[in-house]
Amino acid sequence: MEIAPGEFVACFGPNGAGKSTTLKILAALSKPSSGQVIIDGQDIQENSLALRRRIGVISHNSFLYGKLTARENLEFYGRMYEVSDLDRRVETILDQVGLILVANEPVAGFSRGMQQRLAIARALIHNPSLVLLDEPYTGLDEMAKGILNTILKELSQSKHTVFLITHDFDQGLEQSDQALILVGGKIVYSCKPRSLSREEFRLRYLKLAGGGGI
Amino acid sequence: MEKNRFTGWLEKILAWSVFLSVLLALYLALVYAPTEKTMGDIQRIFYFHVASAWIGMLAFLVVFIASICYLFTRHDKWDIYAYTSAEIGVIFTTIVLLTGPIWAKPIWGTWWTWDPRLTTTLIMWFIYIAYGKIRTSLREEEKKARLAAVFGILAFADVPVVFFAIRWWRTMHPGALVTSSGIGLAAGMRPAFFGGLLAFSLLYCYFMLLSVRIERMRAEIRALKEEILN
Amino acid sequence: MSINSYLDKLGVLLWKEIRSEFRGQEILSSMLIFSLLVVASFGFAVDLMDDLTGQVLPGIIWITLTFAGILGLNRSFTAEKQNDCLSGLILCPSDRSVIFLAKTVMNMLLMAIVELVTVPLFFIVFNYPAPPYPGWFFLALVLGTYCFMIVGTFLSALASASKAGEMILPVLIIPLIIPVLLSAVMMTKDSFGLMTGGTDIYLKILLVYGVIFTVLPLLLFDYLLEV
Repeated sequence: MEIAPGEFVACFGPNGAGKSTTLKILAALSKPSSGQVIIDGQDIQENSLALRRRIGVISHNSFLYGKLTARENLEFYGRMYEVSDLDRRVETILDQVGLILVANEPVAGFSRGMQQRLAIARALIHNPSLVLLDEPYTGLDEMAKGILNTILKELSQSKHTVFLITHDFDQGLEQSDQALILVGGKIVYSCKPRSLSREEFRLRYLKLAGGGGI
Repeated sequence: MEKNRFTGWLEKILAWSVFLSVLLALYLALVYAPTEKTMGDIQRIFYFHVASAWIGMLAFLVVFIASICYLFTRHDKWDIYAYTSAEIGVIFTTIVLLTGPIWAKPIWGTWWTWDPRLTTTLIMWFIYIAYGKIRTSLREEEKKARLAAVFGILAFADVPVVFFAIRWWRTMHPGALVTSSGIGLAAGMRPAFFGGLLAFSLLYCYFMLLSVRIERMRAEIRALKEEILN
Repeated sequence: MSINSYLDKLGVLLWKEIRSEFRGQEILSSMLIFSLLVVASFGFAVDLMDDLTGQVLPGIIWITLTFAGILGLNRSFTAEKQNDCLSGLILCPSDRSVIFLAKTVMNMLLMAIVELVTVPLFFIVFNYPAPPYPGWFFLALVLGTYCFMIVGTFLSALASASKAGEMILPVLIIPLIIPVLLSAVMMTKDSFGLMTGGTDIYLKILLVYGVIFTVLPLLLFDYLLEV
């Protein structure tokens, strides 16, 4: 399949359908057993170093160091991604996720929602053009969900490509240009969610996912 | 099916040749070979001791090669070869470690000496038990195979360094004891020596064949279980 | 990737390690207290005649360092397991071996501190004079620690993949570092002036070991990190 630059794709599927594997392959964490991922004409396995710089991953794990403060975490990852003008970037993004007041507190003391907000900031510190999200809504409070949605909206408006894996129909269908259903490692259905009501999509999902394998 | 029938035949032929060659080796070692003048009958353990040591070493070499092949090809069969060979290698080195002291007590007057060969075998034994520990401590099949392969490569690289370090240490150490290289092989003893080697090599191949089949069955059962559960 | 950016990344990772370690000091303090306890325990458990001390002390020093080192190595990758930080590191656009090297340098730093505190104490507790060849003694410490830590860090990454990591790490490390232990003890003994020549070979063994076990882990580290 092809994803156009700036497109927002939401991917649904039952447990064990290969959603996380897909994301890992897209992020160059795992090798595909067959096929290839091409980003801007470059194979991700061959050019993984250059392409990794342009990918940001938000997972249900925060990738944050509990002993470091919020600012130190961002500085660390920013320097790993060789972000230029890092200090200003850190301030801007801390402000964006509403953590500027606790910037110097160790992350271990943060609530789940705060950690997840910081994880979003961490993933976007290097301004990636492709953002991959793996179940980002798990464990988020309403406020964090709101912030995540605002950020996702801003991302897709500013021509970032977004690939979202989720169980949450409401959140997932809200903004996406394309919705996929994955069963048994294969895309069994894809549609433009704007042409379809949420209820119709849900029914179709239950039919496809429930019928998988039998 | 064809392939199964072929391996079935191979297994049968191998089983019989193991049986016959072990009988032959026993005859050669216990009856045919002349009694060593100074050591007496106890020297006869040497035929099995050395053969086991060689097979142990061969088994660990197979672990090393299969581990490299696994990392390159990611084919499960290499993992199975590495694992079963490590298991068999540990069994044979255990035999070495048991027969060594039995021989050493009457000859050198002590159960254990830090002879480079014996010590290297002991360390190898520890290393490949650790290799087994890695496997039993992990659940996921792929991870188990991959990490074990990495350790299998690292471990084998360590073996020659251990050997040379200990050899130097022993020769430098005051009062170094006689090493087993002092034993010359008289012409009459050669058939027994090579007979033992042949029998143990066939035994190794037979064990490999059986364990590989067991591992394959295990994998099949696992796959079937998963299918039922889903 | 250029050497400059590689070294940059190494520096950044090291900065992160040092920051988080010296905020809590969990690893260093346990290693220090443990080795002090061992020094004290050996002090009254092994009651030595004067002429025997020199023969036994090198072994005691290295055994203590080995176990203190394993204690620290057990925790080396714990922080990376929380919140799955290791995945975050793997995603970064850098050669993955730099993660391994940064950990190794950090572990060597921790060991250096432990050695700085405990090694002089051994001489005090056992009432033994300072080694007549301090340079040789120092070389044994540096090379021995390097060989130990590079293999140890690699194996600790390997063991951290398993839930029983802390149980299996010593079982993995000790047989693999036997040549290091042996050579380092011999070099130490030599620095006490207790050997009669021919000990250059131990230096060579350490060097060869150091080369083999620097190259292999660097080659194999990518395989450890696959997800």
